[in-house]
Amino acid sequence: MIFQKPHGADDSIPTATNEAPSSRRDFLWQSSRTAVGIGVAALLGNLGRWALSYGADKEPIKIGVLHSLSGTMAISEVSLKDVVSMAVEEINAKGGLLGRSLKLVIVDPASNWDLFAEKAKQLLVQDKVAVVFGCWTSVSRKSVLPVFEKNNGLLFYPVQYEGEECSRNVFYTGAAVNQQAVPAVEYLMSKEGGGHKKFYLLGTDYVYPRTTNKILRAMLLAKKVPAGNIMEEYTPFHHQDYQTIVGKIKKFSAGGGACVISTINGDSNVPFYKEFANQGLRAEDAPIMAFSVAEDELRGMDKTALVGHLAAWNYYQSVDTPQNKQFVANFKAYCKKNNLPDGDKRVTDDPIEAAYFGVHVWKQAVEKAESTEVDAVRNAVYGQKFLAPGGDIMMDDVNHHTHKPVLIGEILKDGQIKVVWKSKGLVKPEPWSEYTNPEKGCDWVKHQGTYKKA
Amino acid sequence: MRRVVWIALVWWSVAWVVTDVPAAEALTGASPPSPLEQALQALYSDEEATREQAVRVLIEQGDATLLPRLDELRAHADRSLRMAIKPVADAWRHRDDLASPDADIRRSAATDLGTSGRAVAIPWLEAAAGFESHHWVRYAMDESAQLLKLASDDPAIKAQAATKLGELRSQNAVPALKALVQAAEESGGTEQQKPLARAATAAIDRIETWNVWSTAIETVFRGISLSSILLIMSVGLAIVFGLMGVINMAHGELMMIGAYATFVMQECFKLYVPSSWFDSYYLAALPASFLAAAVFGLILEATVIRFLYGRPLETMLATWGVSLILIQAARIYFGDLTAVTAPAWLNGGAQVMVGVFLPFNRLFIIGLSILCVMGIYALLFRSSLGLRVRAVTQNRNMSACLGIPTRKVDAYTFAFGSGLAGIAGWALTLVGNVEPGLGQNYIVDSFMVVVTGGVGKLAGTIIASLGIGGLNKLMEPSLGAVYGKVLILVLVILFLQRRPSGLFAVKGRQAEG
Repeated sequence: MIFQKPHGADDSIPTATNEAPSSRRDFLWQSSRTAVGIGVAALLGNLGRWALSYGADKEPIKIGVLHSLSGTMAISEVSLKDVVSMAVEEINAKGGLLGRSLKLVIVDPASNWDLFAEKAKQLLVQDKVAVVFGCWTSVSRKSVLPVFEKNNGLLFYPVQYEGEECSRNVFYTGAAVNQQAVPAVEYLMSKEGGGHKKFYLLGTDYVYPRTTNKILRAMLLAKKVPAGNIMEEYTPFHHQDYQTIVGKIKKFSAGGGACVISTINGDSNVPFYKEFANQGLRAEDAPIMAFSVAEDELRGMDKTALVGHLAAWNYYQSVDTPQNKQFVANFKAYCKKNNLPDGDKRVTDDPIEAAYFGVHVWKQAVEKAESTEVDAVRNAVYGQKFLAPGGDIMMDDVNHHTHKPVLIGEILKDGQIKVVWKSKGLVKPEPWSEYTNPEKGCDWVKHQGTYKKA
Repeated sequence: MRRVVWIALVWWSVAWVVTDVPAAEALTGASPPSPLEQALQALYSDEEATREQAVRVLIEQGDATLLPRLDELRAHADRSLRMAIKPVADAWRHRDDLASPDADIRRSAATDLGTSGRAVAIPWLEAAAGFESHHWVRYAMDESAQLLKLASDDPAIKAQAATKLGELRSQNAVPALKALVQAAEESGGTEQQKPLARAATAAIDRIETWNVWSTAIETVFRGISLSSILLIMSVGLAIVFGLMGVINMAHGELMMIGAYATFVMQECFKLYVPSSWFDSYYLAALPASFLAAAVFGLILEATVIRFLYGRPLETMLATWGVSLILIQAARIYFGDLTAVTAPAWLNGGAQVMVGVFLPFNRLFIIGLSILCVMGIYALLFRSSLGLRVRAVTQNRNMSACLGIPTRKVDAYTFAFGSGLAGIAGWALTLVGNVEPGLGQNYIVDSFMVVVTGGVGKLAGTIIASLGIGGLNKLMEPSLGAVYGKVLILVLVILFLQRRPSGLFAVKGRQAEG
């Protein structure tokens, strides 16, 4: 109130020359008062900051959640926000971390890739969060990557992806291509998997399917599958009319020994599986191996056309371990308690599990480092082990990815997935595929990220 | 303790089943073990050859009554044993299924036996084909039997099977036949192989010729099917945009309302109607989706559009805003996870000839779009309401002078067009999924059809949807889905450059108004 001018607002506009001196005096007078005011405020502000930093040890640790809560990706990403919140609640219930409690900062990038970068910046610069859990699509990850690298933030990314990335500021708790797509195709080629000889690579037209199929094609050729037995096809986003493609698959699969490797994304899956069944094709004629269909997506689909087809992930809700039973029950109870949509009918799946153990891996690393400082935590994450719902997992010593088991499953009528094959032990992650980039490696301990193998 | 009881129970039930079967009685007898029993023991062998032999014996001599025994083995088996058991269990099960009352199961079993490569199944298939009444199931059985014969060692049987498969126009036989021809070429053609290679070549020719025709027929069908979907999406728009000149960007969301009305009807039937009547929910949803979309259209017209008649730009922006509100409202209320289960009678398809399979849901949509167009023509040209609609759209002031309540006519026309969008949403649940963004996927295509057809002409919309749908399906096999779509858009743009008012331009004085 001190700064309020005694005149009306229109006086401030110098309309005539004779008023100019008075308004100049006014101006000087006012600006000197303003300057003093600012000085005092700054002083107080600094005092406040001292006070704050003094008490910071008891302040809650801020954790960012960067998942789309609206728009097209909300269907998948909301569950990840829920499970991260659950994990944080668990940690707080056990007394928090380093004697401090955890506090969530949840933002909504609304399935908009530019907004992802903006919100990431807000989390790192404005909210100064210690770590961020977030992103689903590769586009969103690529768009936040420069923000995290510039501000030295820390991102835990929980979804399987196409690899060919090795960022110092990201930990990848989902699968690399050699932990999902490659073993899935090896399984299909094996005697147990049906000894398939013809491969129809079908995907939505964007970076994940294109890169994955590039690696798979190189691998199939390396395994002496003739190029004529490999078909590759892409559809636009939201493609609805699969008549021609299913017709092609039918011709392709005549005589047996064919399978479909599907990297179809989102809402195109239902029309595809429906058309597949309606044209008289069965899972026995040509099984569809999908890399983007998990229990959480199946929840909202009409399952009749999907039964008997295959999926490849590192975890399923049906995995039979005591800690998984507990985890599934906890998640359902959490959703019910917080009145989240569908309550205890919610299911868990691979990305949900990966998001969940990501929080715990970070927590263990912070305890080991006794600090939330990004550089200290990063070094502490290397080699961390955790008993995840799906079984033991281990963070790699150098390459920021996760050692996980690989599970091939068959889709059941109730939307659950039954394990039909399991890898022996954990599979070591390879961000750079041995088939397309054999000379490249990823190492943040002995090298600076991506390096050329000797 | 429970485990012991459980194992005892399993043993007891197995013993009971086994003793019940006279053929397998020898199994329980202690002295001289039967070949079947020996084979079951041999499955545990480490040697590949012994195991293979055991599997063969079991498939030939055992039958489905022994399945519980196998399942019991499987429960305690390691991976290699499970893999050895699988073909045995599959063969027995398929043999049993050949006599199943369900035609689909019989057919699946026949096809699977054909690809299993086990010659022992030939007599089973031939016997089953003798009793079979269903044409396409018998076809599958014949085909499978011949495919297995084609893999036999006797060149005479092989040649016969090749000719027979040619007669059957079996697409499934082409890889095997080609392999035969290639083998004959590589070895330079011994005396035995020559007639066989000739028979195989003839069969391949026959199958390929047939293939060309069946592909052509299927392509035409796919074109018609896509056209019918385009047509049913755009007839509503043709009325609202074409006749009334309202650019309704929320038209896609009216489809979404129709789709959600179908979903709601399904959920109501799940809750309140006995499950034997469940499938009829789909028919009950037809009036529901029409009315829901029409009522919403009426509200939209009364609250937004009536104030904006003759101001296309404002209408466009306002309705676009409405569409965004509707999408988010649906997302909040229904969430992203909703599914409509197609009624059983619309699942699967009809095989009309070898290699041509027409899905029921697509046939249904084709029929529906024809009915819709006929209904619209009847309404516009055979009813007094239609007469008024045409009068108002041709000359509003003159119609008003003659006592036609133009306000009311506008509202009814808009509601009718919206209701048609609701029907489109109802039909689209058969091919796609139900989600808030559903309308966005279709709105661009709908406008493309109406504009290409010529604004204001229903016939134009029909021809345009046929043209765009047909062209799309004609180009997709060679260009792929992505570039096919791109090329269609380019062609439409070029066409509109030449004929800005579309296929059927409105001519004469009317056009200037």
